[in-house]
This record gives sequence, C-alpha cells and structure tokens, in this order.
Amino acid sequence: MSAASIMAAQPLVEVHDLSKTFDVSAPWLNRVVERKPRQFVHAVDGVSFAIERGKTLALVGESGCGKSTVARLLVGLYAPTHGRVSFDGVDTAATFKSGNAQSLRRRMQMIFQDPYASLNPRWKVADIVGEPLREHGLVAGTGGVSSRVREDALKVRVAELLLSVGMAGADVEKFPHQFSGGQRQRISIARALATQPEFLVCDEPTSALDVSVQAQVLNIMKDLQREQGLTYLFISHNLAVVRHVSDQVGVMYLGRLVELADKAALFSQPRHPYTRMLLDAIPDIHMSGRSRTPVQGEVPNPLNPPTGCSFHPRCPHANERCKQERPALQRLKGILIACHGVEEGRI
Amino acid sequence: MPAPLLEVKNLRVEFPTRHGTLVALDDISFDIAPGEILGVVGESGAGKSLTGSAIIGLLDPPGRVASGEIRFDGRRIDNLPYEEMRKVRGRQIGAIFQDPLTSLNPLYTIGRQLVETIQTHLPVNAAEARQRAIRLLQETGIPAAEARIDQYPHQFSGGMRQRVVIALALAAEPKLIVADEPTTALDVSIQAQIISLLKRLCKEHGAAVMLVTHDMGVIAETCDRVAVMYAGRIAEIGPVHDVIHSPAHPYTVGLMGSIPAMDDERERLLQIDGAMPRLTAIPKGCAFNPRCPRVFERCRSERPDLIDAGNTRAACWLHAADTKAAA
Repeated sequence: MSAASIMAAQPLVEVHDLSKTFDVSAPWLNRVVERKPRQFVHAVDGVSFAIERGKTLALVGESGCGKSTVARLLVGLYAPTHGRVSFDGVDTAATFKSGNAQSLRRRMQMIFQDPYASLNPRWKVADIVGEPLREHGLVAGTGGVSSRVREDALKVRVAELLLSVGMAGADVEKFPHQFSGGQRQRISIARALATQPEFLVCDEPTSALDVSVQAQVLNIMKDLQREQGLTYLFISHNLAVVRHVSDQVGVMYLGRLVELADKAALFSQPRHPYTRMLLDAIPDIHMSGRSRTPVQGEVPNPLNPPTGCSFHPRCPHANERCKQERPALQRLKGILIACHGVEEGRI
Repeated sequence: MPAPLLEVKNLRVEFPTRHGTLVALDDISFDIAPGEILGVVGESGAGKSLTGSAIIGLLDPPGRVASGEIRFDGRRIDNLPYEEMRKVRGRQIGAIFQDPLTSLNPLYTIGRQLVETIQTHLPVNAAEARQRAIRLLQETGIPAAEARIDQYPHQFSGGMRQRVVIALALAAEPKLIVADEPTTALDVSIQAQIISLLKRLCKEHGAAVMLVTHDMGVIAETCDRVAVMYAGRIAEIGPVHDVIHSPAHPYTVGLMGSIPAMDDERERLLQIDGAMPRLTAIPKGCAFNPRCPRVFERCRSERPDLIDAGNTRAACWLHAADTKAAA
C-alpha cells in the first residue's frame, strides 16, 4: 500500500471508549469521622471519535460537559482512567509514560482559552515562542556550531513564526502585557506552531476575545490549516463559530457524546433533542424579532447524574425507557447518535 | 412621541491620573423612551459598561462626570448628592450586573435581601414585603418560591441566581433597568431563558431597559434600538433592524461582518485589522480612522458627530452632506 492511501485510510487521531474519573471525595479523616462515602465525577464517560488528517472536529456543549477534559486527555495532560487514544496508530498514554514522549509531544500542541494566563508575563515573546524550539532541539545547526549562530537561527525562526500569524518580527523584544488579547492569542498560536505539529488541540481559543478579534484569529487558523495541512480538535460552546470552522461536530452532554455528525448534517438536520435545543437557543443576528424557544431546566449536577439517558429530565420526548436505560452511541443513517427516541423512530 | 424617560446629553466621563486626564466617555448623547429597550453594544473597553455606571451613579473613583447631563423623567440626576441618588437607584432605576454570584450577598438568605430592598423603597410592612418577594420569585420562574426564599445564594445555580437578581432589580417597580451583560456568565440554553424572562417581565412591569452587551445576537432579538460604541463614543445609533442589516458606519459594517452567523457560508470572515486604541492614545479626528477601509483626509483631522445616515445616525464623514455632494 502506498503512503498516500495509508494516510487516506487511517485517521490521525482515534479515540476509543475514553473515560476520565476524578476522585472528589472528602479528605480521609472526614470520611472516617463523618462516614462520608467516596465520591467520583465521571467527567468523560465512554467517548469515541476519530479525526482525519487535515480536518477539524469540533466538540460543543455547555459548561461542565467534559469537553475540556477530552482536550487534556488527548494531549496527555491527564491520563485516561479507561479507554485509549491513538495518534497516528500509536497509543498515546503508553508513549507519554515511555522515553519517546518528546517526539510525540512535538507532533501535538495545544492552544488555551485565556491568552492572559497562558503566556508567562516575565518572558519576552522571543523566549515564549523560542522555548519549544530549544526544548525540542529544533534550531538549525545544533552540535558543533557556536551558541551565537544557534541564537541567530532561533531569532530568525521566531520572527518567521510571528509573521505567519500576522505579527511583526520586531515584536520579539516585547513582553505579553504590551499586547492586546487577540495579539496574545496569536502569540500562543505561534508558540504552538513552533514545533511544526500535525495536530492542534484548541480549547475555546476565541471565547475570551471580542468578535472582530475573534474573526482575525479564526481566519488565521483556517489559513494555517490550508497551508500546513493541520488537524484540529476545536472546542467551543459557540455553535456559530463551530459551524464556521469545523468539518465534523460532536455534541457532548454530561461527559458523554450524544451526537456526532458531519457539519452539514448536524446543522441542517439535528437529530438528538439536546442538539436541537442547543441550536434553538442560539441568538441569531439575522433573525431580529424572532423569539427563541427557551428550554426548560438546567444541566444536572455531575456528581449525581440522572439515571438512564442523562438528558431525560429536560427532554420533551422522554419516556419510561429513557429514564431507566442509558442509550449507547450507535450509527443511524450516517450519523452517530445516543438516543432511544431516534432509534425507535419516535423523534 | 412621548417625553423620553432618560436623556443623556453630551456626557463626558474622565479619569484623572498622574499622567494626565483620560477621557473614557466623550460626547455621549442618547435617550430612552418609556418601555423601550435600548441595546448598547461594543467591544471590551469601548465604554459601554461605563455608560451604565454613569447613569446609575456608580462610577468608580476617580472617574467622574466632567460635563454633560443625565436627566431621568425630566429631573437632572448626574449631580445629585449621594443620599438623594441612593433613593433614585433601586426605586427609579434598577440594575442587573454580569456576575450573579457577586451581586448577591452570600451571608443573607435571598428572602432577606429581597425584603430589605422592598422595604427600603416601598412603604410596606415585613409580612407584605415577604409576600411581594415570593410573588416576584414566582414571576421570575423559580420553582417552589415559598421554600426557596429562605435559602442562601450558594444553594442556587447560576441561572437561578440571575433570576433572583432580576427579581431584586424589579422589586421596587423601577421605570428603567440598566442591565450590564446579564447573560454573559451563563450557558446558551440558560441565556435564552433569562433573556426571554427579562423581556417579558419588563413588558409586564412597563419598565424600559438599557441592555449593555457585546453579544449582537442578544441585541438582535431583544432590543428596539441599538447604540454601537467605539473608543468611548457612539459610532452609530438607530433601530436594531437597520443597524444590523444596513449599517452606515464602517465600524458597524466590520463588526457585523466579523460575526459568524448560522446561515452564512463564507469561507473567511470579514476582519477589521488592528485593535481598538487605548484611552491614552485615541487618534486625532475619527477614532476609527487608522482601521477604517474608507478613510479619507477629513477623517484624520476632524472628529465627526452623529449625523443622519438613512434610518440610523452615524458619526462618520461619509454621510456628511458635503462629502456626498463631492462624490
């Protein structure tokens, strides 16, 4: 088989039955004295998906649905409790523990939500963007070359990276506080791109930004994807942004994936009642005067999730089966969905 | 046309600092009719929240109203003594803030906070005030209001807390409510509930609303008119439909184009290059001129005031009569 056909056949990232449980029990003494039980939060529960090379998968959901935990599991900031993540055919959890972690880390990078917290305020931009280059030994002429030559090569590379995200090469001498939120987020992107990764995990990269700045950042991300063939996992709660950037969309609710479909299918024909609810809830600037259909109820406490389908207390179509039996994610008419109602053809 | 409920005329807010005086709001003029919902939109630092604070008399020192005036129901309120303003605030003008957790006192039950507000402003006894508080909570859609009134803020979820804050704002039947980013801290599904609640209650109680937000979608489905702010000034003001669908100011055009909508198929979003200037370095002439795609000579030297531009009013020289005549 040729290299090209392997690439077409195998997704870059495959996640299978991924789970993460956090122990949120009271301290040992309280448990003994007050007889409190151990408590666990299933932040991510049995999530499976795959992302093909050069594509963007978006995960959406409300706060506390586990989307950021998935992001952290993927880049190895958390170890999965259960299930596996494979990157280019390699099990990441095992690799991160082994001596080869460095080479894997180089190939996947992360962009965080808050551009104010994710850059070291005491470092100059040259150091921030140059750090991954030094750390991974990616500067040209390592070994016998003098450190001065190496530093010069580093500077050139950092300036190149800054130019690629639409910033000036002269910005290397500045500190993060001298930049606006949008510029800082571009510095984060430049830092993430420094190792020439194949896969970028973007955790709400624009939600701390103003709309006009958000447009700048989204445009840059799209341009970079086209030029460098990057693969993105894009996490957001803003469905309009997701619709703009993604190829596939996964909807999460209380740690589980409830629907996964191509962008076009999901937005034109949402199947899961929760997806429909989310879509109905978006305020749309082009429909002034339209009243949204507010959904009843709120997201339940993840410490004590409802039995059966976790969405049933808010679902207008819930019946006895939904209250007792938890629906599994299954393939129906080309999409993946976890809903008894859709499976039975009721919805 | 009825007399406006709130009139803001040439409002200027300054912050004296060691390095000179910062002009945070400059020449802001607008009015709100009784029962009207005016949206105020803009990016961070444009001065939208500050406008709200100036109206309710809660500017953080050293900020002060340097010139201009604010009239409420015909009466000037920007120069009232502190104690006088306290009576206006809450009774005449209610306020809703962004973070429902910090606007409630965590040490008191919500019932106590509601009763306190009601008794401060209205001549009722404790039992009546409590009845009124329960009714308000029911109106805002809090289930089992009789039981929940004796609970503390931490026992409520974010959406429920914001309902309590709305109940507090409406407690003394004010004629105007200044709502500063009331839904920004909430999830989309809860946001929809809160917006429709706010809209319905204000209609029922006949209250006008000044809704400060950065979310154009919320503005589109809630407001009658909208003011777009940029660098401490109003760039454009007009009926919400006109501002969204046929904006006159190049900044509004850019702002609208940069928002991804559910029904657009563009590969790239329209982007306004650069960022809003800092207060210390507001450019001469029109504050938007360094980023404006349609800038011409006059924009760099002279500052435009709001002028008629079709159905809206925009602070842009493109709409001046002599510019049009020359073109």
